[in-house]
Amino acid sequence: MNVEKAEKIRMKLQKSSVGIAGAGGLGSNVVISLARAGVGRLVIVDYDKVEESNLNRQYYFRDQIGMVKVEALKENIKKIDESIKVEIINNKLRPGFMHKPFNNVDVIVEALDEAEIKTSFIEDIMNNFPEKPLVACSGVSGYGNIERVNTKKLGNLYMVYDKDAKDSDKDVLMAPRVCLMANWQANIVLDIILGEDK
Amino acid sequence: MIEVNGNIVDFVENETVKDLLKRMKYTFPNVVVKINGKLVKRADFADTVIHNDSKVAVIHMISGG
Repeated sequence: MNVEKAEKIRMKLQKSSVGIAGAGGLGSNVVISLARAGVGRLVIVDYDKVEESNLNRQYYFRDQIGMVKVEALKENIKKIDESIKVEIINNKLRPGFMHKPFNNVDVIVEALDEAEIKTSFIEDIMNNFPEKPLVACSGVSGYGNIERVNTKKLGNLYMVYDKDAKDSDKDVLMAPRVCLMANWQANIVLDIILGEDK
Repeated sequence: MIEVNGNIVDFVENETVKDLLKRMKYTFPNVVVKINGKLVKRADFADTVIHNDSKVAVIHMISGG
Protein backbone atom coordinates (compact mmCIF):
# COMPACT_ATOMS: atom_id res chain seq x y z
CA MET A 1 0.00 0.00 0.00
CA ASN A 2 1.06 3.56 -0.71
CA VAL A 3 1.35 4.83 2.88
CA GLU A 4 1.81 8.46 1.93
CA LYS A 5 -1.28 8.44 -0.30
CA ALA A 6 -3.32 6.60 2.36
CA GLU A 7 -2.41 9.18 4.98
CA LYS A 8 -3.28 12.10 2.71
CA ILE A 9 -6.66 10.48 1.94
CA ARG A 10 -7.31 9.71 5.60
CA MET A 11 -6.78 13.35 6.58
CA LYS A 12 -9.01 14.64 3.81
CA LEU A 13 -11.86 12.20 4.51
CA GLN A 14 -11.71 12.85 8.25
CA LYS A 15 -12.52 16.51 7.57
CA SER A 16 -15.35 15.69 5.18
CA SER A 17 -19.08 15.30 5.80
CA VAL A 18 -21.79 13.43 3.92
CA GLY A 19 -25.58 13.61 4.33
CA ILE A 20 -27.65 10.52 3.54
CA ALA A 21 -31.41 10.65 2.93
CA GLY A 22 -32.82 7.21 3.70
CA ALA A 23 -31.38 4.34 5.74
CA GLY A 24 -32.81 1.39 3.84
CA GLY A 25 -31.10 -0.89 1.33
CA LEU A 26 -29.12 1.87 -0.34
CA GLY A 27 -28.61 4.22 2.62
CA SER A 28 -27.51 1.71 5.26
CA ASN A 29 -24.94 0.19 2.91
CA VAL A 30 -23.67 3.58 1.65
CA VAL A 31 -23.21 4.74 5.25
CA ILE A 32 -21.27 1.64 6.32
CA SER A 33 -18.90 1.91 3.35
CA LEU A 34 -18.32 5.62 3.98
CA ALA A 35 -17.69 4.89 7.68
CA ARG A 36 -15.14 2.22 6.80
CA ALA A 37 -13.52 4.58 4.28
CA GLY A 38 -13.09 7.16 7.08
CA VAL A 39 -15.57 9.97 6.34
CA GLY A 40 -15.47 12.14 9.50
CA ARG A 41 -19.10 13.20 9.83
CA LEU A 42 -22.31 11.52 8.68
CA VAL A 43 -25.81 13.01 8.80
CA ILE A 44 -28.49 10.32 8.38
CA VAL A 45 -32.23 10.88 8.00
CA ASP A 46 -34.89 8.15 8.09
CA TYR A 47 -38.25 7.62 9.86
CA ASP A 48 -38.55 3.82 9.78
CA LYS A 49 -37.93 0.96 12.17
CA VAL A 50 -35.92 -2.18 11.40
CA GLU A 51 -38.11 -5.05 10.21
CA GLU A 52 -37.28 -8.70 9.66
CA SER A 53 -37.90 -8.30 5.91
CA ASN A 54 -35.11 -5.67 5.74
CA LEU A 55 -32.39 -8.13 6.74
CA ASN A 56 -32.03 -9.62 3.24
CA ARG A 57 -30.23 -6.47 2.06
CA GLN A 58 -30.03 -3.73 4.69
CA TYR A 59 -27.15 -3.32 7.15
CA TYR A 60 -29.01 -4.38 10.29
CA PHE A 61 -29.07 -7.50 12.46
CA ARG A 62 -31.70 -9.76 14.05
CA ASP A 63 -31.26 -8.25 17.49
CA GLN A 64 -32.04 -4.81 16.04
CA ILE A 65 -35.54 -5.69 14.77
CA GLY A 66 -37.96 -3.05 16.10
CA MET A 67 -35.25 -0.44 16.66
CA VAL A 68 -35.41 2.97 15.02
CA LYS A 69 -33.25 2.56 11.89
CA VAL A 70 -31.06 5.63 12.37
CA GLU A 71 -30.28 4.55 15.95
CA ALA A 72 -29.48 0.99 14.88
CA LEU A 73 -27.27 2.29 12.09
CA LYS A 74 -25.42 4.64 14.45
CA GLU A 75 -24.75 1.65 16.72
CA ASN A 76 -23.34 -0.29 13.74
CA ILE A 77 -21.14 2.62 12.64
CA LYS A 78 -19.74 3.01 16.16
CA LYS A 79 -18.81 -0.70 16.16
CA ILE A 80 -16.60 0.04 13.17
CA ASP A 81 -15.19 3.43 14.24
CA GLU A 82 -16.06 5.22 17.47
CA SER A 83 -14.52 8.50 16.36
CA ILE A 84 -16.96 9.18 13.49
CA LYS A 85 -19.42 11.96 14.24
CA VAL A 86 -22.89 10.61 13.52
CA GLU A 87 -25.90 12.92 13.47
CA ILE A 88 -29.21 11.12 13.20
CA ILE A 89 -32.65 12.52 12.43
CA ASN A 90 -35.59 10.17 13.00
CA ASN A 91 -38.08 12.00 10.85
CA LYS A 92 -39.89 11.82 7.54
CA LEU A 93 -38.62 14.23 4.87
CA ARG A 94 -41.40 16.51 3.66
CA PRO A 95 -41.46 17.74 0.04
CA GLY A 96 -40.41 21.39 -0.09
CA PHE A 97 -38.26 21.03 3.05
CA MET A 98 -36.25 17.93 2.19
CA HIS A 99 -33.00 19.89 1.89
CA LYS A 100 -33.17 21.26 5.48
CA PRO A 101 -31.04 18.64 7.31
CA PHE A 102 -28.29 18.83 4.69
CA ASN A 103 -27.27 22.48 4.81
CA ASN A 104 -23.97 21.67 6.44
CA VAL A 105 -22.55 18.70 4.51
CA ASP A 106 -20.10 18.49 1.60
CA VAL A 107 -21.95 15.84 -0.41
CA ILE A 108 -25.55 14.58 -0.32
CA VAL A 109 -26.66 11.02 -1.08
CA GLU A 110 -30.22 10.24 -2.22
CA ALA A 111 -31.04 6.78 -0.87
CA LEU A 112 -34.83 6.92 -0.75
CA ASP A 113 -37.32 4.31 -1.86
CA GLU A 114 -40.36 5.51 -3.84
CA ALA A 115 -39.84 7.13 -7.25
CA GLU A 116 -42.12 10.03 -6.35
CA ILE A 117 -40.18 10.85 -3.16
CA LYS A 118 -36.82 10.38 -4.90
CA THR A 119 -37.86 12.89 -7.56
CA SER A 120 -39.11 15.42 -4.96
CA PHE A 121 -35.84 15.10 -3.06
CA ILE A 122 -33.71 15.70 -6.16
CA GLU A 123 -35.85 18.74 -7.03
CA ASP A 124 -35.54 20.17 -3.50
CA ILE A 125 -31.78 19.69 -3.32
CA MET A 126 -31.03 21.02 -6.83
CA ASN A 127 -33.30 23.98 -6.20
CA ASN A 128 -31.90 24.95 -2.80
CA PHE A 129 -28.28 23.81 -3.08
CA PRO A 130 -27.47 24.03 -6.81
CA GLU A 131 -23.73 24.02 -6.07
CA LYS A 132 -23.75 20.93 -3.83
CA PRO A 133 -22.88 17.51 -5.27
CA LEU A 134 -25.82 15.11 -5.11
CA VAL A 135 -25.38 11.37 -5.67
CA ALA A 136 -28.69 9.65 -6.49
CA CYS A 137 -29.73 6.20 -7.63
CA SER A 138 -32.50 4.83 -9.83
CA GLY A 139 -33.19 1.21 -10.81
CA VAL A 140 -31.91 -1.10 -8.04
CA SER A 141 -34.41 -3.93 -8.22
CA GLY A 142 -33.76 -7.45 -9.52
CA TYR A 143 -30.50 -9.37 -9.89
CA GLY A 144 -27.86 -9.66 -12.63
CA ASN A 145 -27.72 -7.06 -15.42
CA ILE A 146 -25.18 -4.94 -13.57
CA GLU A 147 -23.60 -3.99 -16.93
CA ARG A 148 -26.73 -1.95 -17.65
CA VAL A 149 -25.84 0.39 -14.77
CA ASN A 150 -23.89 3.54 -15.46
CA THR A 151 -23.17 6.91 -13.90
CA LYS A 152 -25.05 9.74 -15.55
CA LYS A 153 -23.47 13.06 -14.64
CA LEU A 154 -25.60 16.18 -15.12
CA GLY A 155 -23.74 19.10 -13.55
CA ASN A 156 -23.66 18.43 -9.81
CA LEU A 157 -26.10 15.54 -10.07
CA TYR A 158 -24.49 12.10 -10.27
CA MET A 159 -27.06 9.43 -11.04
CA VAL A 160 -26.31 5.72 -10.60
CA TYR A 161 -28.76 4.61 -13.21
CA ASP A 162 -30.30 1.53 -14.78
CA LYS A 163 -33.06 2.92 -16.96
CA ASP A 164 -34.30 -0.58 -17.86
CA ALA A 165 -34.86 -1.81 -14.29
CA LYS A 166 -38.42 -2.39 -13.09
CA ASP A 167 -40.10 -0.58 -10.22
CA SER A 168 -39.41 -2.49 -7.00
CA ASP A 169 -43.12 -3.27 -6.49
CA LYS A 170 -42.99 -5.29 -9.74
CA ASP A 171 -39.67 -7.00 -8.97
CA VAL A 172 -37.52 -8.11 -6.03
CA LEU A 173 -34.91 -6.30 -3.96
CA MET A 174 -31.84 -8.43 -3.23
CA ALA A 175 -28.56 -7.80 -1.46
CA PRO A 176 -26.08 -8.21 -4.34
CA ARG A 177 -27.58 -5.61 -6.68
CA VAL A 178 -28.70 -3.21 -3.93
CA CYS A 179 -25.25 -3.34 -2.29
CA LEU A 180 -23.45 -2.98 -5.64
CA MET A 181 -25.40 0.18 -6.42
CA ALA A 182 -25.07 1.52 -2.84
CA ASN A 183 -21.32 1.04 -3.02
CA TRP A 184 -21.30 2.56 -6.52
CA GLN A 185 -22.82 5.66 -4.88
CA ALA A 186 -20.26 5.55 -2.02
CA ASN A 187 -17.46 5.24 -4.57
CA ILE A 188 -18.67 8.36 -6.38
CA VAL A 189 -18.82 10.21 -3.03
CA LEU A 190 -15.15 9.39 -2.41
CA ASP A 191 -14.26 10.51 -5.92
CA ILE A 192 -16.02 13.85 -5.34
CA ILE A 193 -14.36 14.46 -1.96
CA LEU A 194 -10.87 13.31 -2.88
CA GLY A 195 -10.80 14.70 -6.40
CA GLU A 196 -7.22 15.20 -7.48
CA ASP A 197 -5.79 12.72 -4.94
CA LYS A 198 -6.58 9.68 -7.09
CA MET B 1 -32.80 21.01 -33.62
CA ILE B 2 -32.67 20.06 -29.96
CA GLU B 3 -30.81 17.29 -28.19
CA VAL B 4 -32.71 14.90 -25.92
CA ASN B 5 -30.61 12.40 -23.93
CA GLY B 6 -27.93 12.61 -26.62
CA ASN B 7 -30.34 12.12 -29.56
CA ILE B 8 -30.92 14.91 -32.06
CA VAL B 9 -34.62 15.62 -32.57
CA ASP B 10 -36.58 18.29 -34.46
CA PHE B 11 -37.20 21.64 -32.84
CA VAL B 12 -40.90 22.44 -32.45
CA GLU B 13 -41.99 26.06 -31.96
CA ASN B 14 -43.57 26.76 -28.53
CA GLU B 15 -43.11 23.18 -27.36
CA THR B 16 -43.24 22.78 -23.57
CA VAL B 17 -41.43 20.15 -21.51
CA LYS B 18 -44.77 18.39 -21.09
CA ASP B 19 -45.28 18.32 -24.89
CA LEU B 20 -41.76 17.06 -25.51
CA LEU B 21 -42.11 14.19 -23.02
CA LYS B 22 -45.30 13.20 -24.84
CA ARG B 23 -43.65 13.48 -28.27
CA MET B 24 -40.69 11.35 -27.08
CA LYS B 25 -43.21 8.83 -25.63
CA TYR B 26 -41.63 9.19 -22.16
CA THR B 27 -44.63 8.09 -20.18
CA PHE B 28 -42.90 7.59 -16.81
CA PRO B 29 -44.63 9.55 -14.06
CA ASN B 30 -41.47 10.54 -12.18
CA VAL B 31 -38.72 12.19 -14.19
CA VAL B 32 -35.92 14.62 -13.48
CA VAL B 33 -35.51 17.08 -16.38
CA LYS B 34 -32.59 19.41 -16.95
CA ILE B 35 -32.41 21.86 -19.84
CA ASN B 36 -28.96 23.24 -20.59
CA GLY B 37 -27.88 22.16 -17.11
CA LYS B 38 -30.77 23.80 -15.30
CA LEU B 39 -33.40 21.82 -13.40
CA VAL B 40 -37.03 22.11 -14.49
CA LYS B 41 -39.37 21.10 -11.66
CA ARG B 42 -42.29 18.81 -12.49
CA ALA B 43 -44.71 21.58 -11.49
CA ASP B 44 -43.25 23.74 -14.30
CA PHE B 45 -43.32 21.16 -17.13
CA ALA B 46 -46.50 22.58 -18.70
CA ASP B 47 -45.22 26.19 -18.65
CA THR B 48 -41.60 25.75 -19.67
CA VAL B 49 -41.01 26.28 -23.40
CA ILE B 50 -37.97 24.65 -24.96
CA HIS B 51 -35.83 26.93 -27.13
CA ASN B 52 -34.01 25.88 -30.27
CA ASP B 53 -30.54 24.32 -29.77
CA SER B 54 -31.38 23.28 -26.21
CA LYS B 55 -29.82 20.24 -24.61
CA VAL B 56 -32.42 18.29 -22.66
CA ALA B 57 -31.69 15.49 -20.18
CA VAL B 58 -34.52 13.29 -18.94
CA ILE B 59 -33.91 10.81 -16.12
CA HIS B 60 -36.57 8.34 -15.15
CA MET B 61 -36.82 7.68 -11.41
CA ILE B 62 -37.61 4.05 -10.57
CA SER B 63 -38.80 2.90 -7.14
CA GLY B 64 -36.44 0.85 -4.95
CA GLY B 65 -33.81 1.77 -2.44
